[in-house]
Amino acid sequence: MIAPPKPDLITVNVDGREIAVPKGTNVIEAARLVGVDVPHYCYHPKLSVSGNCRMCLIEIGMPAVDPVSRTPFPVAASGMPRINWMPRPQIGCATNVAPGMHIRTNSPLIKDCREGVMEFLLINHPLDCPICDQAGECKLQEQSTGYGRGYSRFIEQKNVKPKRTPLGPRVTLDDERCILCSRCIRFCKEIVKDDVLGFTDRGSYSTLSCFPGRALANNYSLNTVDICPVGALTSTDFRFKMRVWFLKQTNSIDAESSVGANTVVWSREGVIYRITPRRNDEVNDTWLPDSARELYKAIHASDRLVAVKVNGTDSALEFAVGAATGLFRSSAGAIAVVGSGRSSVEEQFLTRKLADALEAPTHLVSRVGQGDEILISADRNPNVRGALVVGLIQALPKTRVAGDATPSSRLTNGDVGVAAPVRTGGLTELAAQIDAGRIKAVVSLGEDLAAAGLTATQLAKISIVYLGTHANATSAVAKVAVPTLTVFEKSGTFVNQQFRLQKFSRAVPGPVGATDDLVVLAKLVAAATGTKIADEIGPLWSVLATEVPALRTVTVANLPATGLLLDGTPWAVLPFAEGATLHYKPAAEPAAAGALKS
Amino acid sequence: MPAPAQRRIVFRHIDEPGYTSDLACYVRHGGYEMLKKAVGMPPPAIVDEVKRSGLRGRGGAGFPCGVKWTLLDRKSGKPIYLIVNADESEPGTFKDRSIIHQDPHQLIEAMMISSWANNVKQAYIYIRGEFPQGARILERAIAEARAANFCGPNILGTNYGCEVYVHRGAGAYICGEETGLIESLEGKRPYPRIKPPYFPAVLGLYQCPTIVNNVETLCHVKHILEIGGDAFALIGAPNNTGTRILCVSGHVRKPGSYEFEVGKITLGELLNDVCGGPLPGRKFKAVIPGGSSAKVLKFGETFTLKNKDGSTRTLTVEDIPMDFDTMAACGTMGGSGGVIVMDDSVNMVEALANINAFYAHESCGQCTPCREGSLWMKKITARMVHGTARAGDGALLKSVADQIAGRTICAFGEACAWPAQSFVQKFGDEFKAYPETKKAAKPAGALELV
Repeated sequence: MIAPPKPDLITVNVDGREIAVPKGTNVIEAARLVGVDVPHYCYHPKLSVSGNCRMCLIEIGMPAVDPVSRTPFPVAASGMPRINWMPRPQIGCATNVAPGMHIRTNSPLIKDCREGVMEFLLINHPLDCPICDQAGECKLQEQSTGYGRGYSRFIEQKNVKPKRTPLGPRVTLDDERCILCSRCIRFCKEIVKDDVLGFTDRGSYSTLSCFPGRALANNYSLNTVDICPVGALTSTDFRFKMRVWFLKQTNSIDAESSVGANTVVWSREGVIYRITPRRNDEVNDTWLPDSARELYKAIHASDRLVAVKVNGTDSALEFAVGAATGLFRSSAGAIAVVGSGRSSVEEQFLTRKLADALEAPTHLVSRVGQGDEILISADRNPNVRGALVVGLIQALPKTRVAGDATPSSRLTNGDVGVAAPVRTGGLTELAAQIDAGRIKAVVSLGEDLAAAGLTATQLAKISIVYLGTHANATSAVAKVAVPTLTVFEKSGTFVNQQFRLQKFSRAVPGPVGATDDLVVLAKLVAAATGTKIADEIGPLWSVLATEVPALRTVTVANLPATGLLLDGTPWAVLPFAEGATLHYKPAAEPAAAGALKS
Repeated sequence: MPAPAQRRIVFRHIDEPGYTSDLACYVRHGGYEMLKKAVGMPPPAIVDEVKRSGLRGRGGAGFPCGVKWTLLDRKSGKPIYLIVNADESEPGTFKDRSIIHQDPHQLIEAMMISSWANNVKQAYIYIRGEFPQGARILERAIAEARAANFCGPNILGTNYGCEVYVHRGAGAYICGEETGLIESLEGKRPYPRIKPPYFPAVLGLYQCPTIVNNVETLCHVKHILEIGGDAFALIGAPNNTGTRILCVSGHVRKPGSYEFEVGKITLGELLNDVCGGPLPGRKFKAVIPGGSSAKVLKFGETFTLKNKDGSTRTLTVEDIPMDFDTMAACGTMGGSGGVIVMDDSVNMVEALANINAFYAHESCGQCTPCREGSLWMKKITARMVHGTARAGDGALLKSVADQIAGRTICAFGEACAWPAQSFVQKFGDEFKAYPETKKAAKPAGALELV
């Protein structure tokens, strides 16, 4: 007995199992809902249907209908409807379910179809799996094992095509491996709107190429490598570096802007080899900017801080904390805290606790660039909303005006892609107070105060406690400098532009000499207040849940994979810098947005 | 019994001495009178005439023209386009070319009648790149017709206007497939579209409802208007109405294009009586009756078909009437009317090698089975002919073809698979014996080209 379907659901039959699926679902997705795998190459859930690989052929049947009464013919014996099967197999990707539709995914005909397509795909494929980067995550390998015949009848010469064609600065094409599924072409056309790829020649000699005079150089080019079902499009960076099955996968978040694209960090023995997107249909679908994939290179940079310094001399963390405590006492009442929109929620919370204990005013460095309307937003701080949620700041930092641009820092801009400079700033108030002599000491959470607008004279007037990852003008003059960890070396959470709380985890250990930001902050808070406070994510979240209203019901251990949407209404009136990106539309406040842009 | 006489309707003036392709000559022979009649008729009435005529497409698939027009989405509010498929690229077919070269105004008049009937404001003639002369003739004819108000704005003084454009292809077989043609006309690679959802009648050129008709099919519309749909339906055989042009090529004494009532002439009459039979000293061996993609017929085989009353009749190849339905019942197709005749001098392996080479070259490469399968079949037959043939190659060819047919985006899958399937099925012995045949043909010690 079939239960009456809900209004927006229709009932279909997949391999004899009745299932209710939403209208407009295609057969591949419908089958997925009952755990039936319909193999495919060219179909991608986030791209248009092209229907060219023919791997997802399935049999379709509809209940036979009496032409006069329009009612189904039941079969006398079983009472089930009689099914009129279509004489030819149909492609699952382009076939949307219809009420009462019957689908066969495992009939002898379909088995034969899949064996045929697999054989065809392999006859001109070089089968160079032993040297192919895709090996281990190759759809051709997987489906050949699952649906192929296991032997070849092909004794002719294979087609020979170019093995290493650079399509752009970051993507190299191995043409022989290409199965011409056109996913990359559709991606460039539909998602990036940078229509540079196409096929030339015809038949089996077709090759993927860039239009003359163009290059696959957009900041999303490496997504074509991700969606390439075979090893044809390879990352020039990752090519021949490491076998994927040796790599550990760690979930992380793209920290280059407030979009918070979900990522997977692939590492082995403490070394990161690549970063790929993680599917989150609420945030980044299956995409990731190229610039986000190069962020990890900063962790091995030569200017990485690895030694605690007090007054410019190597020291130990305990002495540094002692020195800072002394500074807090001597400058009591004249201390400011410069927090960071790149710190995690937990770090921002401890920063607030520190500022509260020192009765210090808090500042945040703004970092505003040009949004690309896809996955890089105008606000290049990943976690400004986190600072609002934990109460580190009440208003948004002031942004610098155009023309006042400073070279962007590495972690926000990377070396690639994002052409427009990022303007860091927001410390005008602090500068005025330093000039007036009201502030004598500043705690900076990884922010370069010089880059944020303070002059050398102003820096010389203050004593600085600096917690950060890389050397800069501020760390150079800091009284106390403590090396801390990058986003890949620690765990925590960010709140993205949608007020979505998302978790990132430690992929690799930090360098010797660097300490987790939370540990340093907790020591400083303890020194300032005299009370110990948790310095690990787990215990700290019990504190967060009790002290931060917006996080009252949140358990960080149970954060959903897609993140948790927090209530952003208390801050809805703030003039956020972001424009529209994928899955995000700014609140309609044209006046405020216009003022920010000018 | 002598063969029936030709009934030349579309070909009435083709090869007529003194008949030229200019407007004056066409008008002198009663040209554009039907267009004058048409603009005095309500458009649905013309569609109705075409439907009643039972006219079937002459391009290959034999789809009823009236039904095609009826399927048109007229409520979308989008413009409706008419495209004339003048890509005539099926090997063995050479009929549209004659119409374009010798009687272009017949086509233009038929286009304008069809455009009026379907409220088309823009019509295109997609002509294959290999017909540069034809394209020039059409362009001149359109200019003449436009100057005389037979096309362009305010046709014959009415408020109705329709522009005609000639678009030259770049020389690809697949552009004859209607959705591939549409893609090509839009300026893209001619990758056929997936159906559903992209049926031209609903989502055709620029995603607007579109009619795509073959040159010969469209020309018939003029004559249907002249004699009436019902009268046209009486020509030929039931469900296979009108006349059609048969292009006979290959090993006959008088190859050429002939127009007969559909189904009124048998293959035997056509080849023996009309085309003068086989070349001296030869015997017919095989015939492909509807363009190279149709399944081959072997002389000597017989077909047992069911009659309507339940009885059966047995036909030899010579007995098959040249219509759509009997051809289909005999396992082949009337297709585009290209009759390719092979006599006993032909080795079927080598003939298939030729056909396979064509289809491998013309596969657009969009979908896997056709892209890889057509080239594989070509490589097999090329190896058989030029390298080492194996006795099992025939079976392999058929198996590869079976993996293509019915599993591709467009009908090219069948077009490239049917020859291999039918050649191997009907001439399997020749494929098995080919290794020996080759040895015998090349005596030991014979000089080789290096």
